[in-house]
Amino acid sequence: MKELMLGNKAVARGLYEAGVEFVSSYPGTPSTEITEEFVKFDDVYAEWAPNEKVAMESAFGASLAGRRAFCAQKHVGLNVAADPLYTMSYTGVNAGMVIVVADDAGMHSSQNEQDSRRHAIAAKVPMLEPADSAEALEFTKLAYEISETFDTPVLVKMCTRVAHSQSIVETGERKEFKKDYEKNIGKYVMMPGNAKKRHPIVEERTRKLAEYAETSPLNREETGGTWLGIITASTSYQYVKEVFGDSVSVLKLGMTNPLPENLIKNFAKKVERLVVVEELDPVIEEAVRAMGIKVEGRNLLPGIDEFSQNKIRAAFGKNFGVGESLEDAIPPRPPVMCAGCPHRGLFYTLKKLNCTVLGDIGCYTLGAVPPLAAMDMTLCMGASIGALHGFTKVNNEAAKNTVAVIGDSTFVHSGMTGLANVAYNQSKGTIIILDNSITGMTGHQQNPATGKNIKGEPAGRIDLEALCRAMGINRVRVADPYNLKEIEAAVKEELSVDEASVIISRRPCALLKEVKHKAPLKVDKDKCIGCKSCMKIGCPAISMKDKKAVVDANQCVGCGVCAGLCPKNAFSGVEG
Amino acid sequence: MMETKNIIIVGVGGQGSLLASKILGDLFLTKGYDVKVSEVHGMSQRGGSVITYVRFGDKVASPVVDEGEADFIVSFEILETARWLSYLKKDGQIVTNLQEIEPMPVITGAAVYPENLAEKIKAKGVKVDALDCLDLAKQAGSAKAVNIVLLGRLSHYFDIDEKLWEEIIEKNVPKKFLELNKKAFQLGKNA
Ligand SMILES: Cc1ncc(C[n+]2csc(CCOP(=O)(O)OP(=O)(O)O)c2C)c(N)n1
Ligand code: SF4
Ligand code: SF4
Repeated sequence: MKELMLGNKAVARGLYEAGVEFVSSYPGTPSTEITEEFVKFDDVYAEWAPNEKVAMESAFGASLAGRRAFCAQKHVGLNVAADPLYTMSYTGVNAGMVIVVADDAGMHSSQNEQDSRRHAIAAKVPMLEPADSAEALEFTKLAYEISETFDTPVLVKMCTRVAHSQSIVETGERKEFKKDYEKNIGKYVMMPGNAKKRHPIVEERTRKLAEYAETSPLNREETGGTWLGIITASTSYQYVKEVFGDSVSVLKLGMTNPLPENLIKNFAKKVERLVVVEELDPVIEEAVRAMGIKVEGRNLLPGIDEFSQNKIRAAFGKNFGVGESLEDAIPPRPPVMCAGCPHRGLFYTLKKLNCTVLGDIGCYTLGAVPPLAAMDMTLCMGASIGALHGFTKVNNEAAKNTVAVIGDSTFVHSGMTGLANVAYNQSKGTIIILDNSITGMTGHQQNPATGKNIKGEPAGRIDLEALCRAMGINRVRVADPYNLKEIEAAVKEELSVDEASVIISRRPCALLKEVKHKAPLKVDKDKCIGCKSCMKIGCPAISMKDKKAVVDANQCVGCGVCAGLCPKNAFSGVEG
Repeated sequence: MMETKNIIIVGVGGQGSLLASKILGDLFLTKGYDVKVSEVHGMSQRGGSVITYVRFGDKVASPVVDEGEADFIVSFEILETARWLSYLKKDGQIVTNLQEIEPMPVITGAAVYPENLAEKIKAKGVKVDALDCLDLAKQAGSAKAVNIVLLGRLSHYFDIDEKLWEEIIEKNVPKKFLELNKKAFQLGKNA
């Protein structure tokens, strides 16, 4: 059947048709929907793991047991899972093992713009790169054949424009796959003696894969005009076709590691000018140059941001027109915390107390956006607690007004080990876990602290208070961020003590279905003096009209945080 | 060969553009075209400015629409219409909601929300079909139906049977909201 399908859903479909039985992932834009779509099929197993490393190791275990297995993550997630990946390259697989890594050129939802192809090269594993949904489905299935034929994990690289674009696919039937587990110490136990014997096998495998790449249907030459030859892959291929159609020759690579050297050399011979069009790092370009071939790429197109058809046009000196624009300055519209977001009250308090806030990654990173602007650092998931430890270790005074803020999902992902260090090496800062009972930023996934599994069914639940205590933190308390007095008292007190403490700022995300909202608030125009005190919290539901505050009833969820800031009690509709 | 047609749907994260693009995608697929739809998930959905691309024709390559390429801008909010104006092709058509949603820099006073945007855009010689979709959506029964009101209005510019539009909407909205959405479509269409 022909359907319009999201790239990520097409990967999920490919997994299903390939007979995959086990999927373990940690969410991350733009990879999340693969796992969310896969779990909708009958008779398959999928789960959210606490982090990417655990997800990949679990998938490896399933492959070892003889079932086709899979995990997905965003580009930075592969950094977390790099450790198992690099050695899985040595052990190889039993049943097929495929890993999606989703890059985010343009940083639509990411903290950096790294190029995952570097991981494929460094780990010495093959990488496939689909350019649309149909290829996402086909390549996923083919990846399992490659995995089993060459005894290797296979990386499939998605990018935002393939993952989050819908295009037409044709679906097929599922084929079941089962294999037995056989003990093989030399292959699966990677201690030096065994790993030494595996390394040459890995090198030989790469040579064989390169040979396969020469004739594989994954790579194809599209002959057009010979005045220009373009080597390209992934979504860049689509931009090239958009601009040039069949007027140039194109070598489309569906497999970007290892590269087909002869195919590239032959292609280069046929064209007058050779250009590589690839987003981010000049990975293919450098490899082609190392083959002794004259090639262009980075001289024409930048290694920053994503491409588009106009960027390709500009690079090749083609004309294009842009539309009208107004003389007025158009104010930017950055993302903001939702109306009624439980994080808001906490950040207001941290700002009020003039705290140094070592941040982490999640919806609460938006605490860095004005007017709250209450964040000093954000690096990667889990970094807040480690950074707090170092920051306060070298400056005892700092402990009196420095906090780490970390979401529930992020805490379980990689904050726990940081907390172990705080307790073990005895630093004195205050750690605030923002427990909104969900993984918010990536679109509301369950996690080990919510008590529900990926399907929303009851599951195991980490008791955060007990966990922190068990790790050796003596001062652990819970406070409600909707209650500004309560949260302020908690932060002040924990900052004042001479030991490490944890505050769990607990209130579910305002977007959760099970959260019952109160009626929207109203501002009494006669009472409002237009002082803008209520606007200090940056709630998108409050604005000023004719020098009076007004609440947008469509957005307001009645959390009452703003009301507590009004010196004139102008807000009505607040109940206890 | 038919030239590829380009639609961009712009608005504020969380306003319902995903459903609008899903319906348009399904509609053009049913009409036998090659279709690509590119969406935004993640960070910008938290109230940021969002753009969704819908392209259809005999063979569509790029999943995105670039500046100067859009045949239609379908907009949920007038400031967003202004922001993405340069994406409109010469002679392109705008279908826009007149609603104003203040972005945070305006709320905090760091920036001002420009006035009379619809008039200023028209003054550029651009074809603008502007309507108060929020009001019409509320008339239909829910403020959330702004997306369907917009589609109703957009349907004017396509030679596609109204029955087909309704069929596709039926496929994509929950049963209990079908009547509401049908009404929203009509209100937009006849506005
Ligand atoms: C290593 C890594 N994996 C995944 C992500 C994507 N990601 C960003 S924030 C986040 C989780 C946020 O959840 P939580 O900590 O509960 O905070 P919330 O968004 O709910 O406030 C994820 C998975 C990432 N940035 N880095
Ligand atoms: S999704 Fe939830 S946690 Fe994220 S900003 Fe909105 S209310 Fe806050
Ligand atoms: S009660 Fe106040 S702070 Fe809470 S959502 Fe409504 S306007 Fe925003």
